[in-house]
Amino acid sequence: MLPGKLFMHIPDGFLSIPVSIVLWVVSIVVIGIALRKTSKQLGEKEIPLMGILAAAIFAGQMLNFSVTGGTSGHLLGAALVTILLGPWAAILVMTSVVSIQALVFQDGGLISLGSNLFNMAIVGVFVSYAILTVVNKIIKSEKTALFSSSVIASWFSIFIVSLGCAVELVLSGTSPANIAIPAMASIHALIGVGEALITLGAISFVYTARKDLLKIGSASKSTNKGILIGGSVITIILAILSPMASSHPDGLEWVAEKQGFLSVAQDSIYNLIPDYVMPGLTNEAVATIIAGIIGAAVVFVLIIGVAQTRKKTSS
Amino acid sequence: MIEIYQHQKSYIHLLNTRVKTLFTLVFILCVSLSPTGTWPAYLLFLTVILAGIILSRLSFKLLLIRSLISLPFVLAAFPILFTAPEPHWQLSINEKIKILISQPGFERFISIAIKSWMSLLAAILLSSSTHFEELLSALRKLGLPKPIVSILSLMWRYLSLMIDEGRSLARARDSRSAGKSNVRTIGWRAGVTGKMVGNLLLRSLERSERVYAAMAARGYTGDPLYRTSKSFTKGDYWILTCGVMLCLLILAFAILSQ
Amino acid sequence: MIEIVNLVFHYPDGRAALDKINLVIHPGEKVALVGANGAGKSTLLLHLNGILQDEGLVKINGFEVNKQNLPKIRSLVGMVFQNPDDQLFSLTVGEDVAFGPIYQGFESHIVDDKVKNALSDVQLSGFEDRHPFHLSGGEKKRASVATVLSMSPEYLVLDEPTAGLDPKSRKELMALLKTLPQSLIIATHDLKMALDLTDRVILINHGKIAADGKTKDILLNEEILHENDLL
Ligand SMILES: Nc1ncnc2c1ncn2[C@@H]1O[C@H](COP(=O)(O)OP(=O)(O)O)[C@@H](O)[C@H]1O
Ligand SMILES: [Mg+2]
Repeated sequence: MLPGKLFMHIPDGFLSIPVSIVLWVVSIVVIGIALRKTSKQLGEKEIPLMGILAAAIFAGQMLNFSVTGGTSGHLLGAALVTILLGPWAAILVMTSVVSIQALVFQDGGLISLGSNLFNMAIVGVFVSYAILTVVNKIIKSEKTALFSSSVIASWFSIFIVSLGCAVELVLSGTSPANIAIPAMASIHALIGVGEALITLGAISFVYTARKDLLKIGSASKSTNKGILIGGSVITIILAILSPMASSHPDGLEWVAEKQGFLSVAQDSIYNLIPDYVMPGLTNEAVATIIAGIIGAAVVFVLIIGVAQTRKKTSS
Repeated sequence: MIEIYQHQKSYIHLLNTRVKTLFTLVFILCVSLSPTGTWPAYLLFLTVILAGIILSRLSFKLLLIRSLISLPFVLAAFPILFTAPEPHWQLSINEKIKILISQPGFERFISIAIKSWMSLLAAILLSSSTHFEELLSALRKLGLPKPIVSILSLMWRYLSLMIDEGRSLARARDSRSAGKSNVRTIGWRAGVTGKMVGNLLLRSLERSERVYAAMAARGYTGDPLYRTSKSFTKGDYWILTCGVMLCLLILAFAILSQ
Repeated sequence: MIEIVNLVFHYPDGRAALDKINLVIHPGEKVALVGANGAGKSTLLLHLNGILQDEGLVKINGFEVNKQNLPKIRSLVGMVFQNPDDQLFSLTVGEDVAFGPIYQGFESHIVDDKVKNALSDVQLSGFEDRHPFHLSGGEKKRASVATVLSMSPEYLVLDEPTAGLDPKSRKELMALLKTLPQSLIIATHDLKMALDLTDRVILINHGKIAADGKTKDILLNEEILHENDLL
C-alpha cells in the first residue's frame, strides 16, 4: 500500500546539484532551530507528541475522497498541523512525514529530500503560519477567524509550495518557466481547494470534540515574529515574482543566468576536473581506460557474487 | 503492515546498513552529477545497480513496478522537449500540423528520466533490503540528530496502527455509502474526509499522552531514546571504499567523455 | 510500604476523579483494586509513580512522591498500562524492555542481562528482535510486563491486565502473575482473577473507597457488589 501522492515530492534527477545543496543547507538550519524551540516549549513530551502525530498525518494523507472520475483529493497537512501545534512543532512533524516518505516509500528522492523538506515542511508551515496570524488579527470573532484562517492558510500553503517547487525545477533547468510555473500553479490551485476543505473538516471536528486542544497552537502564536515575516516574504515573492518570471520568454533561467549563478555553479564542477586532476593525458584515452576498469570490476563482482550465492543455496 | 522490506538471504541484505546507505547516497549523487547525454556512463551506472539487484535476489519485476512511482513527475520535464533550442526534428502528423522537437531538449529529457529512474532503483534497493529500524540506527551513527531519530522511530512504530485506524474509518464510511463514490457535493465528501482526519489527529494526540505516561513511568526524562547498531568492520570499510571509488570512476568517465 | 493520605484529584476540566483516598499497602501484599468503569481506578494507579500529582500525600517506602524523588519512585513502582500498544512504543521488544534499565543508568552489559532475564521470566526468551506490532495480544501483554520487570521494581502495578485477552492468554498471564514475588496492585473488574490472585480487595466507587478487606469477604458478598455496580 502506497501513501496518497501529491505532485510535490520531487524525485532525484530533476533538480540540479547547486539547488539541492542550497536547499539542504537551509532545511538543516531551520529544522535545527525547530528542534531547539520545541524541546524548550514542550520539554520531554516533545518526542512522543511529534512522532505519533506525524504517524497520524501520514495516515491522514492516505484518506482521500473522489473528485470526479479517477481523480481524488487528499491532504498535505502543513496548515492543519500548524493550526494544532504552532509553527516549530509543525515543521518537525512535517519533516518526519516527508522524510519517511522519501526513505521508505521513495515518494521524493534522497538528494532532493532537502528541497522537499524545504517546500513541504518549511515553506508550507511558514506560509500557513503567516496567513493564520494575519487573518486572526483581521477577524475579531474567534470562531469565524479560526475557520476562515484555516481555509485560506491551507489553500495558500499548497499554492505557494507548488510555486516554490516550480521555481526550483526552473532554476535546475528541468522545466521552462513559462510552462512549469503556470502549470503547477493551476493544478495546485485546484488541489488546494481539496486541502482547504479537508483541513476545515478536521478543524471543525477537533473544535467540537476537544476545543481545548486548539489552544496548544495559539499559545505559541504570539511570539514568532521571525516566521511571520519569513512566511509573508516567501508568500509575496513567490506569488508576485512567479507570474512575472513566467511571462518572460526565458523566465527565471534568464534571471539566474544573468547573475551568473547557474553557469558558474554548473560549469565549474564539470570543467575543472579534467584539466587539473590528470594533466598530460587526453580525455578520450583516460575515459577509455576508466571505462575498461569499471566494466571489468562490475563483471568480476557480479560473477563472484552470483557464484557464491549459488553455492550457498545449493548447500 | 506497510513494510516495504522484503526478506531474502543475500549479500545485499547482510551488508552493513551504513555501507548500504552511504553507497546509495554516493551513487545517487554521482548519477545526478553526470552531465546530460553521457549514455555510456549511464549504462555503467545501470550495470552497477542491476548488479546490486541481482545480488540482492529480490524480484526484479517487483522493484520495477515500484520504480514507476515517480513516472508522473516526468511530466515536469516534458516541456523542454519543445522549448529547448535548435536543431529541431520535425514530426508531421498531417499536412497542417507539424511538431517541432528540439534535439538538445530531447537529449536532456531522456537524460533526466534515466537518471531519475536509476536513482530511484538504488533507493528502492536500499529500502527493500533493509529494515527501517536498521536504517534509522545507521542514520543515527552517521550523525542524524538523536531527537529526529527518536521521533522517526516513534512515527514508524505507530504508523501501521494509525493507518489501520484510518482504514477502518474509511471502511466505515464506504460501507455506508452503498458503493457510490459521488454522493452529494465534493465539498460534503471532502468534509467527511476532513472529519476522519480530525478524528485520527485527536486519537493520536490522546495516544501520545498515554505513550508519554508509559515512558515517564519507566523513568524517561526527555533524553532521546537509545539504539544499538552493528559495528563497522574492516571489511565494511573496504566494501564501501570500493563502491564509492566505482561510482566516482564512472562519474569521472561521464565528465571526460562528455 | 505504600502510604496514601487524603489524596484528592481533579482533572483539568474540573471533574473530581479521586476524593479523599486513604490507604496503606504493605510490601508483598497482593491487592485488587476493583470498581466499575469510571470509578477512578486508573487515576489512582497513575498517582502511585507520580504520573499524576495533586492534593494529598503519596509515599513509597518512605519517599514522598514529588519531582525530586521521581527517579527513585519509578524504579520502585513498575507500571503496566492497560493498552500494550501504549506500553510498547519501541521498534523491537528488546529495546522496549531495555528502556527502563537504561534510564536507571545501568551499563550496557547489565542492561542486556536484565532484558534477558525479564523476557525469560515472562516466557518470551528470544523475542528481543521481534517487532511489537507483530506480536499476539497475549504476547504483547507479557512483553509489557517484561518492560517493567527489567527495572526490578518492588511493587508491580497493572491496569486491567486481562482486558481484551482470549481465555488461553488470560490463563497464561495469570499463571505468570502468580509466580512473581513482587507486591501486586491490580486494577480490574475481572472478579475471578481477583479471587484467584489477590488476598485483599479495595473497592472503589465514584472516586471513593467503598470497601477494603479480605478478597473472599468482599467478592463473595453479593450485596456489596450490587451496591457498587459490579453485579
Ligand atoms: N484525561 C481525563 N480528563 C478528564 N476526565 C478524565 C480523564 N481521564 C479520566 N477521566 C474521568 O475520571 C473518572 C475516573 O476515570 P478512570 O480513573 O479512568 O476510571 P477507571 O479506570 O476506574 O475506569 C471518570 O469519570 C473519567 O471520565
Ligand atoms: Mg481504567
